Amino acid sequence: MVAAVDIDGRAAQLGINWSEINLDSIQLPPGDDFGIASDDEAVYHDDQSEFDTGFGNIIVVDHLPDVLREKYEKLEGVVKKIYNQLGVIRENGLWMPVGPDTKTLGYCFIEFNTAQEAQNAKEKTHGYKLDKSHIFDVNKFDDFDRLMNVKEEWEPPQARPYSPAENYQKWLTDEKARDQLVIRHGADTEVYWNDPRQKKPEPVHKRPYWTESYVQWSPLGTYLVTLHKQGAAVWGGADTFTRLMRYQHSMVKLVDFSPGEKYLVTYHSQEPSNPRDASKVEIKVFDVRTGRMMRDFKGSADEFSIGGPGGVAGASWPVFRWAGGNDDKYFAKLSKNTISVYETETFSLIDKKSIKVDNVVDICWSPTDSILSLFVPEQGGGNQPAKVALIQIPSKVELRQKNLFSVSDCKMYWQSSGEYLAVKVDRYTKTKKSIYSGFELFRIKERDIPIEVLELDNKNDKIIAFAWEPKGHRFAVIHGDQPRPDVSFYTMKTAQNTGRVSKLATLKAKQANALFWSPTGKYIILAGLKGFNGQLEFFNVDELETMATAEHFMATEIEWDPTGRYVATAVTSVHEMENGFTIWSFNGNLLYRTLKDHFFQLAWRPRPPSFLTAEKEEEIAKDLKKYSKKYEAEDQDVSLLLSEQDREKRKALKEEWEKWVMQWKSLHEEEKLARQNLRDGEVSDVEEDEYEAKEVEFEDVIDVTEEIVQESM
Amino acid sequence: MPLRVCSFSFSRPSSPSSTVISIDSDTKMRPILMKGHERPLTFLRYNRDGDLLFSCAKDHTPTLWYADNGERLGTYRGHNGAVWCCDVSRDSSRLITGSADQTAKLWDVQSGQELFTFKFGSPTRSVDFAVGDHLAVITTDPFMERTSAIHVKRIAEDPQDQVADSVLVLQSPEGRKRINRAVWGPLNQTIVSGGEDAVIRIWDSETGKLLKESDGEVGHKKPITSLCKAADDSHFITGSLDKTAKLWDMRTLTLIKTYSTVVPVNAVTMSPLLNHVVLGGGQDASAVTTTDHRAGKFEAKFYDKILQEEIGGVKGHFGPINALAFNPDGRSFSSGGEDGYVRLHHLDSDYFNIKI
Repeated sequence: MVAAVDIDGRAAQLGINWSEINLDSIQLPPGDDFGIASDDEAVYHDDQSEFDTGFGNIIVVDHLPDVLREKYEKLEGVVKKIYNQLGVIRENGLWMPVGPDTKTLGYCFIEFNTAQEAQNAKEKTHGYKLDKSHIFDVNKFDDFDRLMNVKEEWEPPQARPYSPAENYQKWLTDEKARDQLVIRHGADTEVYWNDPRQKKPEPVHKRPYWTESYVQWSPLGTYLVTLHKQGAAVWGGADTFTRLMRYQHSMVKLVDFSPGEKYLVTYHSQEPSNPRDASKVEIKVFDVRTGRMMRDFKGSADEFSIGGPGGVAGASWPVFRWAGGNDDKYFAKLSKNTISVYETETFSLIDKKSIKVDNVVDICWSPTDSILSLFVPEQGGGNQPAKVALIQIPSKVELRQKNLFSVSDCKMYWQSSGEYLAVKVDRYTKTKKSIYSGFELFRIKERDIPIEVLELDNKNDKIIAFAWEPKGHRFAVIHGDQPRPDVSFYTMKTAQNTGRVSKLATLKAKQANALFWSPTGKYIILAGLKGFNGQLEFFNVDELETMATAEHFMATEIEWDPTGRYVATAVTSVHEMENGFTIWSFNGNLLYRTLKDHFFQLAWRPRPPSFLTAEKEEEIAKDLKKYSKKYEAEDQDVSLLLSEQDREKRKALKEEWEKWVMQWKSLHEEEKLARQNLRDGEVSDVEEDEYEAKEVEFEDVIDVTEEIVQESM
Repeated sequence: MPLRVCSFSFSRPSSPSSTVISIDSDTKMRPILMKGHERPLTFLRYNRDGDLLFSCAKDHTPTLWYADNGERLGTYRGHNGAVWCCDVSRDSSRLITGSADQTAKLWDVQSGQELFTFKFGSPTRSVDFAVGDHLAVITTDPFMERTSAIHVKRIAEDPQDQVADSVLVLQSPEGRKRINRAVWGPLNQTIVSGGEDAVIRIWDSETGKLLKESDGEVGHKKPITSLCKAADDSHFITGSLDKTAKLWDMRTLTLIKTYSTVVPVNAVTMSPLLNHVVLGGGQDASAVTTTDHRAGKFEAKFYDKILQEEIGGVKGHFGPINALAFNPDGRSFSSGGEDGYVRLHHLDSDYFNIKI
């Protein structure tokens, strides 16, 4: 490692101004490292050296029978028959060495077309019983080198010196209490501060080709994860984004964090070579901070999905669902007839076995507790009712269950603090010809978990959207028929009645098909996306009044910032025109818009939950005036500064323009005679001068009022 | 003549500006819809007095209108292809038109009589009379083996004396790329051209020497669709498919201003009265698949010429805008769309009171 001082010294020697060099712009020719080992590669060399030999598609099969010359071809035939089913063997790709006594040596090499086929063949035939005394022992050729090189003596790993980490939470200490957001457009990924005072975003970090597919914030906002061919990487740090850790998983497709960001789950699926097979799925769970792989799961897509043929679609993401709360203790996987719940201490199944539930199709964790809700549809043509149940983990005790009849489908919605669970139930009518919907509402925190049934006023209404108020006790439903459905608000408790759900209001005929609650509750955006071209209605649910209506034409995405102060609406590249995003205040004031061609993604950086207690927060809300004074003064200063800058800019532009005009005028004057000649002596400039000198005056009648003046007698 | 009147408003852009005066959007300016063409409009031209408006379209007949009330005066029959461009002499006696039928024709404005036909081996794209109306510049498209070219013709006082010979023929270095517009520079000393290769060129009109080329760094990135010069020939504005319009000094070819919009620009014009420029465009006609006319942004957008900020827009067309022209008095302008309509807008007090 060269010390920074040395580098500076050397640079000075060579006359290089260090500050002018953009290290990212330097590209070394591929394969040549000028004798400087990159610290990046070191990480990969540890795990990857075996891939470099180019023999990845060769396997070695041991424990074949030793046969004489005459039986050689027969054995060859048998081996070929076995392995041709698993992949394409290259021409002359089967090599069975023969000893001096013309007897085969009991092993052979097989070269496949691809490394994947070799891997597959290895997995499928390792331990294959040819007969009683010949059980195949299959290895990849590449593995030999590695295994041979293992040292006889165990060496203790060297402890790395401790280096203090940066403050990963520094963005939370921003003086102006701004929030960050990441956007992807074209080849660039950019992180910005949302600065509504300046009416523009302020750049934090920009990098072309930062990710190969998409980016994602960790749930508490500490990390930004990027996806690459080799695996996933997380970025963060105090002032700029540096790479903190990498997780090797080739061709990773999807990632998911545990809610407390302790673990990262990565997913990769491989299309099968034979279209009849299910695609292969590999999932790895990493410890985010150490980068260690805690467990990996491999299998066909069928094992990771339920219902329908797994097939091309692969598993539904996330495969592993994390239990609520920030302690990251449990995660669950749903597969056919079973729910597998793992705990993160040992990364094994709780009690070493899965929970058997016949035909279970959906599971859902409470966002705060280790309670799992599950749904089992009707079976036996309606003889056995459908069921929604709540299971406590790790005890696996069923807390509550409810049987439901003539059900076509169920959807479960947890309220964000885990107090309520709403189950939307679609039932058949008696004739089974149509479907109507209702809700079953569970009160989790109350004794015995009472269940209440809610039907809409018009129970034939189709339900278009449902959303709980975050941290609150209200929910909103869009129901009715397109194109103008109704929006209703309900509350789980009113002042008079704490144990009953009651309706607050119904807004008739709204152009809305999606609901976006502010993360702090109270405010909601009724949005008409897609068919409604981006209609937005900012609604205050406390007062039950519309604060503003607006439109972001063709908007495809709406996202509240984590504090509930601002909303971003975006048009992504699904539309060709007007890609970009717009920032609104919570009450629907347009603050600024930014246009970016080929806009792909926008994501606010989440914030960890506040340390303040609910009481303290309430107290602050009460004394808000006291606190806001300071910020109002700041706002004033900023806007003054802005208008001052703006004025100066305009003045400069105007002056510059005047200079041009003066120049043109004098030239025009000079050329007057020449022009006159061109026009056969016609004096022609009069008119043009007239334009320039014209003053425009207008009279506008603003208002006409008639007043009767009473004459005094 | 079919004449329909419908209301429209001069609307403010929705982006917040630092100092905003509100315009009462209920005050409607009433545009005059002129439906005289059966195909998309291609070009609009006012005469010097501002009382006549000439329109060209992909149908074969250029049309003459009263610029005040939109009444149709007459048509010029004789072309056998789309008419791309026209120009009218200073005294409003002569009209020159360029057409895809590979000819450019001289007309008597008043009688509609065809006076002379210049024949070329390829479609003519743009025409422009010089100061004094004794010369005209005509551009031709690349066609078969022919490359795009700029022809200078002498225009005789008496049509009897008119000859077909070119005084000068200029070949573009990018011959396979179409030249979309060529106009005369100050005192007829130069010719300014722009086209599909996105480069603006200034030529010496005497010797045919290429004098200047626009810089690739600051210049347009995609084909230049339109070019409009100021009344005093001091500067000009170009519109391009790269979604910008740029203002240049006509003598030095210095880039002065850039106006950015969200759609490809098909047409540009400048107000002779106020410091405003107008951009018209919309997505390509072939890309218009959305049913909502708002999706295409078929809007004539007004920009402050100096501050480069958008100050308003006039909606109404339900296809891209192909042509824009300001009345020389600066109090009205007209737009021609892919939809086949000419919309004639008399600007109202709201417009003249705009402050930013």
